[in-house]
Amino acid sequence: MIQFRPIYVICVREFKKFFREKSRLLGTLARPVLWLFVVGTGMSALIRPQAGFSYVQFIFPGMIGMTILFSSIFSAISIVWDREFGFMKEMLVAPISRLSIVIGKAISGTAISVAQAVIILILIPFLGITITFSQFIEVVAVAILVSFCITSIGILIASRLTSLDGFNILMNFLVMPMFFLSGAMYPVTSMPPALRQLTHINPLTYGIDAFKHVLLRGSKPPLGPEFSITLDLFVMLAVSIVMLTLAALSFRRKD
Amino acid sequence: MSLINVQNLTKRFKTLTAVDDISFTVNEGEVFGFLGPNGAGKTTTINILCTLLSPSAGRAEIAGFDCAKHSDKVRAAIGLIFQDTTLDNGLTAYENLKFHAYLYNLDRRLTERRIDEMLNIVELSGRKKDLIRNFSGGMKRRLEIARGLLHYPRVLFLDEPTVGLDPQTRNTMWGFIQDLRSREKITVFMTTHYMEEAENCDRIAIMDHGKIIALDTPSRLKELVHGDIVRVVTADNKQAAIEIENKFGIIAREENGSLSVETEHGDEFIPRLVNALTVETRSVSLQKPTLNDVFLRLTGRTIREDLMENGRAVMREFVRTHRRAQR
Ligand SMILES: Nc1ncnc2c1ncn2[C@@H]1O[C@H](COP(=O)(O)OP(=O)(O)O)[C@@H](O)[C@H]1O
Ligand SMILES: [Mg+2]
Repeated sequence: MIQFRPIYVICVREFKKFFREKSRLLGTLARPVLWLFVVGTGMSALIRPQAGFSYVQFIFPGMIGMTILFSSIFSAISIVWDREFGFMKEMLVAPISRLSIVIGKAISGTAISVAQAVIILILIPFLGITITFSQFIEVVAVAILVSFCITSIGILIASRLTSLDGFNILMNFLVMPMFFLSGAMYPVTSMPPALRQLTHINPLTYGIDAFKHVLLRGSKPPLGPEFSITLDLFVMLAVSIVMLTLAALSFRRKD
Repeated sequence: MSLINVQNLTKRFKTLTAVDDISFTVNEGEVFGFLGPNGAGKTTTINILCTLLSPSAGRAEIAGFDCAKHSDKVRAAIGLIFQDTTLDNGLTAYENLKFHAYLYNLDRRLTERRIDEMLNIVELSGRKKDLIRNFSGGMKRRLEIARGLLHYPRVLFLDEPTVGLDPQTRNTMWGFIQDLRSREKITVFMTTHYMEEAENCDRIAIMDHGKIIALDTPSRLKELVHGDIVRVVTADNKQAAIEIENKFGIIAREENGSLSVETEHGDEFIPRLVNALTVETRSVSLQKPTLNDVFLRLTGRTIREDLMENGRAVMREFVRTHRRAQR
């Protein structure tokens, strides 16, 4: 059961709060910018371009993935804040379905992540990379799917976290490994088999793979995409639907 | 007509029975109160009524709808003011109310007018565009009342609505609630551990350890205590209590350094009491029974003593709200 007015107003609230908290925007954007300019340009001097792509170009899809990862998880964690500060009760006792709450959070989290991914895309001219307009559109389309997927994962976790203490554990044991085991910074093909297995169950790997399809067009592994674009998009969509359904169910559960 | 109907309701958390087989009805238009010490099970009962918890046994109905089965129907019919604030500190007063209006699907043409009307009643019109972050505890409570009533609920639940507020703000709050009651046909269900506050109710259920131990109008409850209360402070309260029991056959209860004695004609009893005691009497006073005396009579404890025992819990609560306020 999906109700549009509640979903709409939940999104409006998230956007308002996002724009009022300038530090949050700065925080999620500073990280990829630092990587791109400091590490990226530094390493580019050491690593020769391969198949016509520089190191900065290679990590660019990963940086978009990173921006989305942190932004989406942060948006989803707002559920834990809402619970801690009581506001969640205002939503839970309203005559709206749990699914509407979850979808409202997912859509707003997605929109905020995509907006930040677009800001990163605007940096492209400063990195000596050029992309076509159609590539730009494709990146945005993939970004929507990846953001939706990561936000959904975050919402499911947030629905089970009972305190903000769990947040640090989550960051250290899930978000950081997800980032390092996603092929964002270095090719995963040369990793030990055990770690490679982990990259294959990491949804972010497929998201970043899809970005590579668009941005590193024509390149092969280890630098280029590893899976087919169809598989990438399918994984994103399937994970999103499963996670959101579980989250809605988890919200419905009463003691 | 009864609007809230609760039958044999029980709620267990693992081994603890928080609500123990309670039954009561609340009539339309009534102000109904739950009075009891911390941990009595008041909030748990409200949480079941407002569909946040499901009962372990028994049933609860509001406006003919079962709270466990038809939660959406129940939710639309009720307004809530929780024990802890549930406003969004990062939004303005207006934005909090607007959010509520959308959640409850309030008629679009009505929304702005209704928001202004409610802000006016709780005297917050001037703060419409201000962030909640900058509101005092009393202002937040007032805004929550405005929000709880925004969608024309049939029942308004107030869980310890005035806890942490100074007595003056508490009185103004009650002014608002009475004012609203005369404007809109509304039933009020409230919980409190303040005796004075319970006096505002048409009927009170006294709750202790998950059970309703008495349910009646405040004046009839006070009739449970026979006659008057004589309070006496002596040099040796223990000795005095023994003497009172021996000479008058009355059990005196000690509370906060004074003995209270229940008796029919207090004015005549005082001179006899002072003459009879061998220990030095320091002060004697005569009081009409309060709800606290009723609780004392029913449980052998006072609600205030329970509060002292719960001092640690209160302190923890204070730290939590304080942390919250800093956000
Ligand atoms: N979610 C919960 N899990 C376990 N115990 C609980 C829970 N909620 C309340 N309790 C316990 O149930 C009892 C009644 O609590 P509560 O209804 O909050 O009392 P009151 O509102 O009258 O102070 C208390 O002993 C409390 O510790
Ligand atoms: Mg309580």
